[in-house]
Amino acid sequence: MTKLLKYMKGYGRDCALGPLFKLLEAVFELLIPLVVAQIVDVGVAAGDRGFIVRMCLLMVLLGLVGLVCAITAQYFAARTAVGFAARVRHAVMAHILSLGYTEQDALGGATLVTRMTSDINQVQNGVNLTLRLLLRSPFVVFGAMIMAFTIDFQAALVFVVLIGALCLVVFGIMLVTMPMYRRVQVGLDGITAATRENLAGVRVLRAFCKEDDQIRTFSQRTEVLKERQLLAGRVSGLMNPLTFAILNLAVAALIQVGALRVEAGVLTQGLVVALYNYMSQILVELVKMANLIINMTKAAACGNRVQALLEVQALQTDGPDTQLPQGGVEFRNVTASYAGAAAPALEGISFLARPGQTIGVIGGTGSGKTTLVNLIPRFYDASSGQVLLDGRPVDSLNRQTLRREIGMVPQRSELFQGTIRENLLWGDGSATDEELWQALETAQASQVVRDKGGLDSPVSQGGANFSGGQRQRLTIARALVRKPRILILDDSASALDYATDARLRGAIQNLPEKPTVFVVSQRAASVRYADQILVLDEGKLVGQGSHGELLASCPVYREIYYSQFPREEAAHE
Amino acid sequence: MNEQNQWQILKKVLLRVRRHLWKIAASLVLATGYVAMSLRIPILVGQAVDQIVAPGDVDFAAVAAILSRILLCAALGAVSQWLMQEMNNRTVYRVTQQIREEAFRHLQRLPLSYLDSHPQGDIVSRVVADVDSFADGLLMGFTQFFTGVTTILGTLGLMLAIRWQIALVVVGITPVSLLVAKFIAQRTYDLFREQTAAQGEQTALINETVGGLKTVQAFSHEEATLADFDKINTRLEKSALKAIFYSSITNPSTRFVNALVYAGVGLTGALSAMTGGITVGNLTSFLSYANQYTKPFNEISGVVAELQNSLACAGRVFQLIEAPAMDPDPQEPARPAKFTGGVEIRDLEFSYTPEKPLIRDFSLSVRPGQRVAIVGPTGCGKTTFINLLMRFYDPQGGRILLDGVDTQTMSRRALRRSVGMVLQDTWLQSGTVAENIAMGKPEATRAEIIAAAKQAHAHGFIRRLPQGYDTPIGESGGALSQGQKQLLCIARVMLCLPPMLFLDEATSSIDTRTELQVQRAFDAMMAGRTSFIVAHRLSTIREADIILVMKDGQIIEQGRHEELLRKGGFYFELYNSQFAH
Repeated sequence: MTKLLKYMKGYGRDCALGPLFKLLEAVFELLIPLVVAQIVDVGVAAGDRGFIVRMCLLMVLLGLVGLVCAITAQYFAARTAVGFAARVRHAVMAHILSLGYTEQDALGGATLVTRMTSDINQVQNGVNLTLRLLLRSPFVVFGAMIMAFTIDFQAALVFVVLIGALCLVVFGIMLVTMPMYRRVQVGLDGITAATRENLAGVRVLRAFCKEDDQIRTFSQRTEVLKERQLLAGRVSGLMNPLTFAILNLAVAALIQVGALRVEAGVLTQGLVVALYNYMSQILVELVKMANLIINMTKAAACGNRVQALLEVQALQTDGPDTQLPQGGVEFRNVTASYAGAAAPALEGISFLARPGQTIGVIGGTGSGKTTLVNLIPRFYDASSGQVLLDGRPVDSLNRQTLRREIGMVPQRSELFQGTIRENLLWGDGSATDEELWQALETAQASQVVRDKGGLDSPVSQGGANFSGGQRQRLTIARALVRKPRILILDDSASALDYATDARLRGAIQNLPEKPTVFVVSQRAASVRYADQILVLDEGKLVGQGSHGELLASCPVYREIYYSQFPREEAAHE
Repeated sequence: MNEQNQWQILKKVLLRVRRHLWKIAASLVLATGYVAMSLRIPILVGQAVDQIVAPGDVDFAAVAAILSRILLCAALGAVSQWLMQEMNNRTVYRVTQQIREEAFRHLQRLPLSYLDSHPQGDIVSRVVADVDSFADGLLMGFTQFFTGVTTILGTLGLMLAIRWQIALVVVGITPVSLLVAKFIAQRTYDLFREQTAAQGEQTALINETVGGLKTVQAFSHEEATLADFDKINTRLEKSALKAIFYSSITNPSTRFVNALVYAGVGLTGALSAMTGGITVGNLTSFLSYANQYTKPFNEISGVVAELQNSLACAGRVFQLIEAPAMDPDPQEPARPAKFTGGVEIRDLEFSYTPEKPLIRDFSLSVRPGQRVAIVGPTGCGKTTFINLLMRFYDPQGGRILLDGVDTQTMSRRALRRSVGMVLQDTWLQSGTVAENIAMGKPEATRAEIIAAAKQAHAHGFIRRLPQGYDTPIGESGGALSQGQKQLLCIARVMLCLPPMLFLDEATSSIDTRTELQVQRAFDAMMAGRTSFIVAHRLSTIREADIILVMKDGQIIEQGRHEELLRKGGFYFELYNSQFAH
């Protein structure tokens, strides 16, 4: 949390002024019982009407000044908290955008979203409350006690005992119930999970006639939840009655002491009234203080999580070379492992792709196909061996330059909210409409765009208003817009039917720029016409060559091919 | 939601809390007791103060008597408050449990047409979150409201009894606090809406960016994304500042109004104490009432909004509970003498929406043991077929006969027990591997489970799992691969082996090796059983006794491979585009 405080820079004055004004408000509030004592002891006793009126006006004035102070304080607190949160959000967003693929994989998307949204909101809330209450509540509680001491030492001792007892009860109960409420939350999560599972598996559950079982399990969970809720409720329900009893016990003690001290001539009647008034101020503020402490702990925990995210450092360093790649790709004995994985995802891979060649990459799930192509734009780095572009090691190249010349079509086809045009311009911000249409034509997506109503038709979040196949073709077009030297299609035709897939392959073959093309696929049909096919099995290169060569020499390729094209069928050709 | 509706919801709520009415009544009595005690104490304090006037003028005996009464009141007040909370908790948590169970039980009886057409998240939030806010708001709110009103009325009565002139001052000024709070709340409502909108927009952008982070980086789009983000971030900062600042004015403002009330009571009280109208002790009581009196007003104004919100939540829960359930099974369900797996479909008519007829005049006759392959492009409507066969949906016309018995006259249970289903969208329950395999036959022994797993070619990988058959599987499968999950689903059916099967062949999502295993498992299972297969593999299709060709949800051709090829229709085209190159 402490390192986040640097984003408070510039708000130092506000941070000091906020609590200070709060403190002033509290001071004015604490003066009121003394004014009442004056009214009783001087005004009423002497029958001085003018004095009483003046004192009451003074009370209104104190209230008014208090109001102005409080509003000023609230403003400073809100401004600091909101400004701080906005800066932290900006910093976290910039940081997230700079993370490498390895770090993203380790952190996970859900975590990143939670840190950015609810965690930072909690921190904002915590900062705001802290600035508002940190000085006020303790000041009122202990201020009341100090005021009591200025009035009378013996009576003030009652305050000391009272505050001690109240703290014990309030904090004690909060401490005891916190884990109880956590268990209630766990129970509630269990009910959510049970309901969600029931809905997700409804067909299977009904097919197996499990409805009654489901109801029984659900009832057990609600029963457990209810018991936990009752227990937590019973303990936390002690707070109000106990503080009520303790406070009134203290009131009784105060009056007894007051009676003795008045008899002794040390106190006046008005001062006893003042002490009684101080006492009733304590409880409200003490409960606020306890809540503040809980909120602060929560906010600090969230702040620590945000800070931990900011401390995750991208391991990859950028290279200096800004010479444009021409499309030659070479792997020299490349091994790559994911962080935390037991076995490498790729092991000892070597191959050479000349500019303009088409390279097919085939293999089962988990065989390392995607890993292989992800090494080319440096989404990941090889753990040993070398990836070379036109003979230069890929990590000596400037990342920005490198990626500009690579058209990547990832496995998951993602579009972003906006228009089709905006999405396509991601490829190349300066592309003309004609170039966009050309790319769409090659990607077999021009009809999709026309059907949707042209380049300016909207794309909803994640491209949800397009089917899987449409999205795939649009992401291909997006990559083509930049006229890349290297085009990588990572299983990006899986949702297309065979005929469209074939047309797409043909169009890419005929691109005037003649890029080096990597086609990753599970379908033998997609790779069989490639200049070179790489066959991967469990991270190893088990075959390399043309379709005909592999069919003759590579058993894994044969197995894949014949599972998709039954032997006799293939023989017909 | 209109007035009428709110009353109806309230009636339904009352119906469900009927069993707890005595607890609610007891809670109200206890609340009254607590309020009475908490109001009596300031009076007693005032009386005590009157006994402590000056040196020599202190009546210790009287003070002692009053103090013992204060202690008694404090004890009684504390006990009744604790009991009241216990009563409330019991009512609230039991009603919550009761309504949740009712909702969940109803979920099991809702037709799939309802579940398919309502987002899961929405249903879950009705069962979980809405029930909670209903219980919190309505029941807690109700007692809070009651305590608040009793406190206000009690304070008012006592103040009037002591000195009505001063009471009028309090009554006159207090509403100002309400007005101020309401004024601020109205202003901030719009500001908060603005903030929520900006926040929603930002969250959406964050979600999208994080989800597509790799793409953002692949296209070096980081700076542009950050610029977009900053635009929203600045907007959010501005609206959040306004909303938070204006809403935080409420507390100081009401405190100021309280100060006004206090000064007013001080003035009028002191003046009448001077003329002997009241005692100093009375003034003390008044001052503490002035504090007590304004507090419940602020609470009540919040409670009304919360009550309305919780009624709305209750309404959402009842909507779910009252959604029409499936037609019940017939009183005396028919069942075939023996399930052999003969299926006869006669003049079937079905559509999901009346505007879009899907299946019309469809007839099919399948003899026991025959294989039916369903082919067609993805999204052609194979789920429709399983929906009708398993009676997840009922047809609008025509009949499906199982060994000569209309499935509509059978109990769903008997029907579904006679069909084994393996879908491509594999779903596993949270539980162990063994529990999942035994889903259809919970009483199965470990030996039976292992035998089924072996037949499904799943034994090998299960053995290699960290805890073998006792390895827990998380929600929706956890760490298992798609192919492994499918093998478990096959083992699950293998254990009960019903006379009919509905299978979904794997597409490219699982790798070739596993696919071969799945295929072998399918073959073992289908031996001698009537099977419907959503087919992707040429060999499966060619070996089928009947091929159903589906397109856009409709069955457009049926027959054997050679027949259909000769016909030169859609199947011919499909075959040529997929398998011939």
